[in-house]
Amino acid sequence: MKLPPGVSQQDFAAAVKDFRDVVGAEWVFDSEEDVNLYRDAYTPFWQEEEELVASAAVAPDTVEQVQEIVRIANRRRLPIYPISTGRNLGYGGSAPTLSGSVVLDLKRMNRVLEVDERNASILVEPGVSYFEAYKHLQAAGSKLWLDVPDPGWGSLIGNAMDRGGGYTMPMYRNHFEAHCGMEVVLANGETMRTGMGAMPGCKSWQQYKTGFGPSVDGLFSQSNFGICTKMGFWLMPQPEAYLSATVSVPKYNDLIPLIDTLNFLENSAITNGMPFLGAPLTNPGLMPGDEVRRPPAAELMELLATPGGPSDAQLEKLARDKGMGMWACRLQYYGPPEVIRAQWAYSRKKFEAIPGATFSEPELLEMPLTPEQIAKVHKVVFGVPNLDIFFIGARSETVPQPSDGHIWFSPIIPRTGEEVLRAQRVINQAAVELGLPGVPFPAVGTYWIRSFMFLYGFPIIKDVATNKKNRESFRKLITIAAENGWGEYRTAPAYQGDIMATYSFNNHALLRFHETLKDAVDPNGIISPGRYGIWPKHLREGRRKP
Amino acid sequence: MMRILGFAMAGLLLTGAGSAWAAGELEAQGREVFAHWCEPCHGDGPTFPGTTALRAKYEGKIEPVLSKRGDLTPDFIKINVRKGVSVMPFFRKTEISDQDLEALAAYLTRQ
Ligand SMILES: Cc1cc2nc3c(=O)[nH]c(=O)nc-3n(C[C@H](O)[C@H](O)[C@H](O)COP(=O)(O)OP(=O)(O)OC[C@H]3O[C@@H](n4cnc5c(N)ncnc54)[C@H](O)[C@@H]3O)c2cc1C
Ligand code: HEC
Repeated sequence: MKLPPGVSQQDFAAAVKDFRDVVGAEWVFDSEEDVNLYRDAYTPFWQEEEELVASAAVAPDTVEQVQEIVRIANRRRLPIYPISTGRNLGYGGSAPTLSGSVVLDLKRMNRVLEVDERNASILVEPGVSYFEAYKHLQAAGSKLWLDVPDPGWGSLIGNAMDRGGGYTMPMYRNHFEAHCGMEVVLANGETMRTGMGAMPGCKSWQQYKTGFGPSVDGLFSQSNFGICTKMGFWLMPQPEAYLSATVSVPKYNDLIPLIDTLNFLENSAITNGMPFLGAPLTNPGLMPGDEVRRPPAAELMELLATPGGPSDAQLEKLARDKGMGMWACRLQYYGPPEVIRAQWAYSRKKFEAIPGATFSEPELLEMPLTPEQIAKVHKVVFGVPNLDIFFIGARSETVPQPSDGHIWFSPIIPRTGEEVLRAQRVINQAAVELGLPGVPFPAVGTYWIRSFMFLYGFPIIKDVATNKKNRESFRKLITIAAENGWGEYRTAPAYQGDIMATYSFNNHALLRFHETLKDAVDPNGIISPGRYGIWPKHLREGRRKP
Repeated sequence: MMRILGFAMAGLLLTGAGSAWAAGELEAQGREVFAHWCEPCHGDGPTFPGTTALRAKYEGKIEPVLSKRGDLTPDFIKINVRKGVSVMPFFRKTEISDQDLEALAAYLTRQ
């Protein structure tokens, strides 16, 4: 078993005993078998000394128990690592950022505390998963939609604390931004409420985000300044209908006006669902991730194999021959049928300015969907939690050798066609030079408005040499991206320090600010040391990446 | 709810009829655990990644839908749930307790 640096066996044993007194013996896990269940199933360090592993786990059921645990940890200088549902696969799973930390597993705190149907909000505890929240809303006959990420077993709070995203309207699909009001247990064991929650008896905790004075909520995301025990979220009223339609454009450089037009439509809220953007040659239905489900057509493979790669004109011709656009964008709309039809008609008119643009017939669905319809649609777009996405990497007819998970390299890039094409060229070249699969077409993540994410997946397999090589390549990509001004939105603990180091304006002023805060609010450095590259004073030496 | 049922059942367990009923109860609990934790990947249909993977693995020689299979043993289920396989991660005890796992195994190996 690994103990955290500087913690004696006696102090550890004494803390574990005290934890037992607080939560009951059943909810303290310290046998090897049980602690192993807190390993990151998608770790890039499988079977290596560097793997991040816990020493024990403790699972409280109430806020008071969380406070007690924090006080005990403080007395013993024992690092604890809070997780909500611990399903952060690809970004660290349920393992801590510092080996030897005790995982504070909040899964048992899974109560939906309040649903406000009239103001469309929900207040939950950390252990409430999307599946559970959905069930709760359904059972209550609620007309409110959740915005869910691809895996439905994560939690509203855990996902928001890592700043994850979903698939409906922009104001809901950025999960941290969709929150309204938090309760946090601080490192000294005190509880604090943010926003209107700071005023006793206030009834608008879930209605006005920033309260009075400095707004501190953001400090608790992607950080280690406190333990969130409650969080409110704004929910989307079930729309009357949904519409989807696709615009296709013929020329390689048409990506530029396609994105400019999309930006105008999204920033004006004329299209209010998530746009899916891509090259139909690799993903005819523009379904996120579909590239891995279907191997590309033989002609495309042939073309891509030509020395030096295909010319733009060759790709355009192949797309034309196949009756496809070179690029396409599938737009989605939520609202009353007559309104969204009009929004699509207007969007179409805007795209018609691109010579040769073609359009699919719009498809309109009335809500609520029947169970039969739900089984057929892209569920997350309708706020229905599921696990369909795990087809990525899983065995199938087209993937005879499954992986053991994956990690994404996902830098934020500017939302212009020029920059998307530049990122594709730069990252493709880097990948090829590193001996990784190339990226002949950009995979553009459209979760956020105003920016894009460039997605490049690394498979995880249980092979030390491969994982080592992939880690080196990942780090190389971080550097290359940063040289181009592209920075990651989120990452696994293995790379958090590396990426934080790229946000280095004015001699790392931002990281130094985080460290000043860390020292002030958690002087013993007990909460999640190292998360997002923020180390407490006594562990900082030699950790900061240049 | 489970706790209340368990309590009410304690007396019945003394009789033979009671234990058959208890087995049914365990399977029912197992079915619930399965529906919540497994079915989203191992359901019956074209979109479930676990089912798709097992269809490819056994090339149709073994039923791909876990809950319809007749050849599973409790140990095989427990090992897979606590060790994981491929993209399917292992499950913690705060998610699936040992008792839940017994119930799950009973459900998936029911005759
Ligand atoms: C195939 C696949 C697809 C995915 N698709 C998406 C997607 O569409 N969108 C997306 O956002 N993610 C996606 N993910 C990533 C990830 O699975 C989800 O973000 C998931 O919701 C995170 O796990 P969780 O909700 O259980 O959070 P947790 O694991 O509970 O929390 C994540 C981290 O936040 C911190 N934290 C959690 N709770 C607290 C707390 N109460 N107090 C303080 N700190 C806390 C901890 O550091 C923790 O490690 C995907 C992963 C895979 C494997
Ligand atoms: C995230 C999706 C996912 C979830 C959830 C999931 N599984 Fe799996 N499971 C898979 C995949 C994929 C495979 C196939 C792995 C392979 O290709 O060999 C699998 C394989 C298995 C196997 C091995 C079967 C065989 O014959 O090889 C068992 C047993 C199993 N799962 C049980 C469960 C149980 C029980 C649960 C619920 C507690 C569960 N799974 C939840 C995805 C999942």
